[in-house]
Amino acid sequence: MTDSGSTQPESANIRPPSPPKLLVWLRRNLFNSWPNSVLTLLAVGSIYFVGRAVLEWAFFTADWRPVTNNPMLYLVGQYPRDQIWRVGASLLLVSFLTGMSWGEWRGIMRTFAMLLAGGLAVLGIIPAGGQMGSLAVHVFFLINVPVIFLGFLLGSRKFVTGSWVLGGWLFSFLVIPFLLRGIGDGTVLPTVETSLWGGLLVTLILAVGGILLSFPLGVLLALGRRSSLPVIKIFCVMFIEGIRGVPLVTILFMSSIILALFLPPDLRIDRLVRALIGMTIFSAAYTAENVRGGLQAVPAGQIEAAKAVGLNNFQTTLLVVLPQALRAVIPAIVGQFISLFKDTTLAIIVAINELLNIGKSILQSDVEFLQLQLEVYVFIAAVFWVLCYLMSFASRRLETALGIGER
Amino acid sequence: MSSSNSHRKSLTRESAIPLWRDERALTAAAQVISAIIFIGALIWVGVNLLEAAKQRGLSLGFDFINDPAGFPISEAVIPYDDSYTFGTAFLVGLLNTLKISIIGIVLATVLGTIVGLARLSTNWLVSRIALAYIELHRNIPLLVLLFIWYFAIFNKLPPTQESLEVPGLLYINQRGLYLSWPRLTETGSLFAVSLLVGLILAIIAWIYLRRLRKRSGHSTYYAGVSIAIILMSVVLGLALSEWQPLWIDTPVFEGFNFTGGLRLTPEFTALLVGLVMYTAAFIAEVVRGGIQAVDLGQTEAAKAVGLKQMQTLGLVIIPQAMRVIIPPLISQFLNLTKNTSLALAIGYADLFNVGRIMINQAGRAVPIFGMIMVTYLIISLITSLILNIYNRKIQISEKSA
Amino acid sequence: MRKLLLPLASLIILAMLLSACGAPTTSDEPAVIEVTAPGYGEVLTRVKERGRVVCAGRTDLLGFGYLDDDGRNIGFDIDLCRAVAAAVLGDPEAIEIVPVTAAERGPVIQTGEVDILSRNVTWTSSRDAQWGNFTITMFYDGQGYMVRADSGIKSQDDMDGASVCVTSGTTTEKNLAADFRERGLDFEAVIFEDTSSVYNAFFEGRCDVTTSDRSQLAAVQAGADNPADYVILPMIISKEPLTPVVPHGDDQWFDIVKLVMYALINAENPAYGPITQATVDDILASDNIKGKTVLGAEGDWGYSSLGLDADALANALRAVGNYGEVYNRYMGPEGIAFTLPRGLNEHWTEGGLIYAPPIK
Repeated sequence: MTDSGSTQPESANIRPPSPPKLLVWLRRNLFNSWPNSVLTLLAVGSIYFVGRAVLEWAFFTADWRPVTNNPMLYLVGQYPRDQIWRVGASLLLVSFLTGMSWGEWRGIMRTFAMLLAGGLAVLGIIPAGGQMGSLAVHVFFLINVPVIFLGFLLGSRKFVTGSWVLGGWLFSFLVIPFLLRGIGDGTVLPTVETSLWGGLLVTLILAVGGILLSFPLGVLLALGRRSSLPVIKIFCVMFIEGIRGVPLVTILFMSSIILALFLPPDLRIDRLVRALIGMTIFSAAYTAENVRGGLQAVPAGQIEAAKAVGLNNFQTTLLVVLPQALRAVIPAIVGQFISLFKDTTLAIIVAINELLNIGKSILQSDVEFLQLQLEVYVFIAAVFWVLCYLMSFASRRLETALGIGER
Repeated sequence: MSSSNSHRKSLTRESAIPLWRDERALTAAAQVISAIIFIGALIWVGVNLLEAAKQRGLSLGFDFINDPAGFPISEAVIPYDDSYTFGTAFLVGLLNTLKISIIGIVLATVLGTIVGLARLSTNWLVSRIALAYIELHRNIPLLVLLFIWYFAIFNKLPPTQESLEVPGLLYINQRGLYLSWPRLTETGSLFAVSLLVGLILAIIAWIYLRRLRKRSGHSTYYAGVSIAIILMSVVLGLALSEWQPLWIDTPVFEGFNFTGGLRLTPEFTALLVGLVMYTAAFIAEVVRGGIQAVDLGQTEAAKAVGLKQMQTLGLVIIPQAMRVIIPPLISQFLNLTKNTSLALAIGYADLFNVGRIMINQAGRAVPIFGMIMVTYLIISLITSLILNIYNRKIQISEKSA
Repeated sequence: MRKLLLPLASLIILAMLLSACGAPTTSDEPAVIEVTAPGYGEVLTRVKERGRVVCAGRTDLLGFGYLDDDGRNIGFDIDLCRAVAAAVLGDPEAIEIVPVTAAERGPVIQTGEVDILSRNVTWTSSRDAQWGNFTITMFYDGQGYMVRADSGIKSQDDMDGASVCVTSGTTTEKNLAADFRERGLDFEAVIFEDTSSVYNAFFEGRCDVTTSDRSQLAAVQAGADNPADYVILPMIISKEPLTPVVPHGDDQWFDIVKLVMYALINAENPAYGPITQATVDDILASDNIKGKTVLGAEGDWGYSSLGLDADALANALRAVGNYGEVYNRYMGPEGIAFTLPRGLNEHWTEGGLIYAPPIK
């Protein structure tokens, strides 16, 4: 992977064609035959009417107050405002590490870092109501941008190796939950119960947590499914197919409500954690199938070669098969992350305050908002669309960068 | 694996291997140990669950099934009101899920294919619109889309008195979509039976004569024969039913709502439209991928042997594309079926929705939840079985052809 | 082989589930409830260790449990929880509100996952037997119907063939079905899981009628673009005593919650002051013996044997005020949510049902 991989080959497409070429292009692409001309006219007509209706609604009819009044609710939910710096610190950590990853690995991480910097800069610049409108919040978002570049500079230094950055990420995933929730019984940091967490924060925690926790589980299940021990194999098949055979909402319902019915009273699992368990179990079954695909793609010759040099079964799997298989499934895992990210909305069914549920609560917070459902849902749809689109954009880059399917 | 094992064994002196290093013995031991651990864990979990349930006073029995449910359900395929049993209520939910899944799968396949082909259109604008459609749906959670469809679109349709209408045929308002619908008269069932028999005979004739043609190479007019059989059964049926097999049930505005005709409730329609549009975006990508996977040389070869464009598509491209398309298509169908569980959010009485109400009204979380899970598993199982059989058939016939 | 495994696996799961569920049908339930439910004093110990009272509540019902602009939990039900936290921990903010759906209400209190369920729960005999201990009714409600003013509907008899919007998993939907069936009327039930969807559909015209507790209908009517377009019909088809619930088994905790509720009610009695949020400290400093008795400053009428400090009830009143203040904060003439006449929820001295035993 070289950093030249990220130059823009599509710039040629973006350049508008010069006038005579335009006519040729039009004739070739839009009016090359009778039916096509009709289709083109129909398409232009419908784009005009739909577009006009949408724009008129968005700029004149819609009442955006439920969105603009206090956007902070969409970001962090009920997280206590005097402790909000802890969410901020977590974001700074993530920004810094993204920057470092960019410096270390270049390529695709550059895209991620750019997207993050761009998004945060936009958040820092656009005017907003409520607590989001305060100067401190604007400044905070803007500070993230230089922090990303600071990370980049550090990450580009020779002495910073990949294992530093990986360690940094691992450290942050361990530290952020404690930072957000508080340490111990609140003596060092006041405890902020997860029932107060909400909005995009929870959506991200469920999606990122779900995918990270499900990964090792999924790999084990995939290996188990190929195991020569029938008991293990049957268990893994049962688990994978059982989970894949039922809707996510039923799994969330099980982990949140049914599971709790059976736990001893003194073992009270946090509700957010229970939802996370549900997401993880669900995601693990799909990860397992993805990894299995990757395992099947490893040529048999590799295994035989490993055996030939005297590696035992365990070593062969760990050192030869898995690294190749996992590399092949990275794009599939990213795709799965995107769909898991969308699926976090289903946590509404078990009353987790993720983005969509916060939206619903905001609709109920003021009698004047009760009927503004369209505005709130369209806003949430737009947030998801932008984030998912950027992620799938990045994942297409990743696919190219890894050269998947070129072998 | 086995080849490498035997290979390895031949290299070592078998007699000298102590038991704890003999791979076969180790494997056998691992089998037994894993079995014991696994079964032990199962028993341990089971016993604990039962113990906890007993201590909590959780009822695990199914004796409530025959108690009156006491709650209304908005729409049902079979007769139901609140005096029916919990068992019937569950069945109503199940049938509603099946109804929307089957209709949804058919429509999503049609729409998905159209969008997928549009994506490949040589018309730049059409292809871009298809792309916009796909990107719009793939990047927004289905639940959010359903909220928008139901609350922002179907609920904003005009009230009953101001329905959008094609008089005598179609009425659309916020209470649903009402269609004039043909229904069987008293003698109509004879017509239906006759038509059914005719159809079956026609299909048998079609298959048999087509095989005959393949074997003998002679033309057997299989299409003509089949159509003739169907036409005859229609005439016979009409005669049997005294030339009045059907009557048209037209919706009439009465009191609060329209009565008569075929009614699709807004909840059903919104869920159907949402699911179909969402799934179609994924199916479109599957179809596009399948068609693009067919080598361009195939098209050229087909042209070279003189096939027309439609023939090329129908005889060369589609059969080959199907092999690539079917497996991911199956998983999309399963996704659609599972996604019907989001009906909860917009008030359609599907299996999960009714199940949850039952949990609340009967107070038996565990057994009802077990019923829901098992039912979904069985539905998934049957769907994937049917489609796997179909898939296997298509793959084999493809290879043999 | 793989194709075979899938059905096989699923069948095994099926068998497991069925056997797990079907087995102990015959176990005698009531006798075993006593075994594991929290024992005497356990909840209070747990609350003090944790430093918080955990209440199951909601975030989506204006007036009862919802969020303010800053995302803070507020509402009638939430204030009851705050009062308990103030009494046992001295801090009304030492609460954790766990939002639960209607379907989860039973399980969260059955498992003892929360200390109090304060989420407008109707007290019914079967819930009392299965869910937990119902403390005392803090809001007397009844189910009513709301219709459009121009619809011409005056009573149920005008509703034949109507579409009715209702929340699922509630006593409301059962009452609705029974009411219509008894009258031999036809209706289309339009059922949603959450209240906001129910009323949105009603306002949009999806239904001719919506039915719920009258307090809820009033809240919703107040939220309409033009409240005068809607009428709440006068008839009441059910009793809906909304009551906070505590887990089965711990009588001490049951008594504490009841005591706090009684204190809020007693404080409103004009004979004692009345004691309000503002006057608590004045009354403690005065020679108003009756008032001081209610606040626990004049003799120990059972407080210490429940493990409460002498100023527990004073703290509760400092935190949320008396019953009338809590009511009026959200639903009074100047209420921040909407205005609903108190009706049955007047203090008993005013002819209502809000009544508390004497402190002696």
